[in-house]
Amino acid sequence: MIADIQTFFRHLADSGINLTIFYDAFDFERFITGLGNTLLLILLCSFFSIVIGAIGAAVLTLSKGLGAAVVRGYVALFRNTPLLVQMYFFYFAIGSIMPVTKNDIGLPVPLLGSFSWAVISLSLYSGAFNVETFRSGVGAVHQSYEEAALALGYSRMQAFVSVTVPLALRFSFASLANNLVDLTKATTVAYAVGVAELLYVSNQIWSDSLNTIEMMNVMLLIYLVLTGAVVFIINRIETAMRLPGFGLGGV
Amino acid sequence: MNASSSSQPLISLRGVRKSFGPFEVLRGIDMDIRKGEVVAIIGPSGSGKSTILRTINGLTPINDGVIMVGEIKVNDPKVDKVKLRHRVGMVFQQYNLFPHKTVLENVAMAPIQVLKEPRSLVEERARKLLGEMRLPDKADSYPGELSGGQQQRVAIARALCMEPEVILFDEVTAALDPEMVKEVLAAVRKVAEDGMTCILVTHEMGFAREAADHIYFTDKGLIVEHAPPAEFFTRASDPRTKEFLSKVL
Repeated sequence: MIADIQTFFRHLADSGINLTIFYDAFDFERFITGLGNTLLLILLCSFFSIVIGAIGAAVLTLSKGLGAAVVRGYVALFRNTPLLVQMYFFYFAIGSIMPVTKNDIGLPVPLLGSFSWAVISLSLYSGAFNVETFRSGVGAVHQSYEEAALALGYSRMQAFVSVTVPLALRFSFASLANNLVDLTKATTVAYAVGVAELLYVSNQIWSDSLNTIEMMNVMLLIYLVLTGAVVFIINRIETAMRLPGFGLGGV
Repeated sequence: MNASSSSQPLISLRGVRKSFGPFEVLRGIDMDIRKGEVVAIIGPSGSGKSTILRTINGLTPINDGVIMVGEIKVNDPKVDKVKLRHRVGMVFQQYNLFPHKTVLENVAMAPIQVLKEPRSLVEERARKLLGEMRLPDKADSYPGELSGGQQQRVAIARALCMEPEVILFDEVTAALDPEMVKEVLAAVRKVAEDGMTCILVTHEMGFAREAADHIYFTDKGLIVEHAPPAEFFTRASDPRTKEFLSKVL
C-alpha cells in the first residue's frame, strides 16, 4: 500500500509535480515532525490563551482597581504590537538574560528553548485578544440574571461563576473561533525563532528538493484544513451548549 | 389576610431616600408591613415603586433612612446578605430564570449552593412547589421552552424554595400576555393565602383590590396615601390619587 503510494508520487515527480514528502522517507519524516510541532503549538497556545483570556476577563469584571489596570495594560501591549516583534523580544531580549546551564559535554543549554518561548509568546499574544472576547461575552449577559442570583443570596463572585460565566461563554464562541483561527495561522511566526514547525521544515524541504511551488500549495492546503478543523470543533461545542430560547440562534 | 395591627412590624422603612445621580427617586418613604400582610404598592410609572422593593432586599442601596427586616438592618453596610436574602425573596417582571439550568435546578440551586441544604431535601421541596404551581411535569425543561406565564410561576417557586418570610413581587404580570396574567395572579394569590407576607408592585388594580390588605399609593418618590383597599378605591382623599384612579379604573 505505502509502496504503491510512493510509486505513484515518483511517477508524478517524473511528470513535473515533485512531492518528495510522499515518497522520500527523509522528507516525510521532517514534514511529520513539523506538522507535529505545529499541532502542539496550536493545542498548547489555544489552551493557555483561553486560560489567560478567562482570568483577564474575570479580573476586568470583578475588580476595578490595580488588577484591572494591569490587565488593561497587558491587553494594550500585546494586542497593539506586532507578534514578530514580541516573539523576538522574548527570544532575544528576555531569553538572553535567562540563566544558562551546561549539559554533560559542556555545551550551553538555555533554561527555555525556542519552542517554549514560542508557546509563551503566542499564548500571551492570543490571550490578549481572548480577554476582550470573554469580556464582551460577559457584557452581553443582561445584568438581570446576576441580579436574580444576588436576590437569591449569591455573592457577586458566586453569581459570576454560576450564572454570568456559563451564559457569557455562549456569547463568546464566534469571536473565540476568530481568535483561534488567527492563532493557528500565527504559529508560523515561530519559524522566526527557529522552531521546527510546518513552515520551517517545508522551507528545508523545498531548499533541498527544489520543489518550492509544490510545497507552497501543500502549505496553503494544510493551513486551510487546520483552520477548518478549529472552526469545526468550536462550532460543535457551540451547538452542544446551545440553550432553548437564549442567545444567538436559540430555539 | 390575618394582619394584626398590634404586633411589631416585620418590615419597616423610615425616611428612606434614594437618588440616581441628581434625580431623587425616593424622597422619604415610611412603611410598616406586618407578618402575613399582603401589601400592594401602586402609582404612576417612575414614581419609585420598584425602587422601594429593591431597597428592601438591599439590591438598591439607599442614601438616607433606615430599613429593618425583622432584626436585620438592611442599610447597614456590613449586613449579612445571605441572611437577608434568605428571609426576603423576590420575583421579577422579566422572570430572570437562569436559561442554562433546568426548571428544577433553577428552583433548587440557591438553597443548595447558598444555604448549603442537602440536595435531596431541597429537590423534594422544589418538586412539591412545582406541583403547587401546577408545573409538575416541567421539572426537566429549560426556561426557554416554557411560556411566559409558566416561567413566572417557576420564578415564584424559586423564591418560595428559599423558604423566605416575605416575597417581593415586582410587576410580575407586566410582561405577560393577557391570558397568562390570570394564571400568574392565581399563583400569587395562593402564596398570599398560604400566609406568606407579600409586597406587590402592580398595575392590576382589580387584583390589588381583592388580594391586598393594604394599599400604598406613590407619586414622585413619596407615599401620597395608604389605606385598606375598600377605603382606598372608594374614598381616596388626595387629588393625585383621584387623578390616577380616574385614569386606570
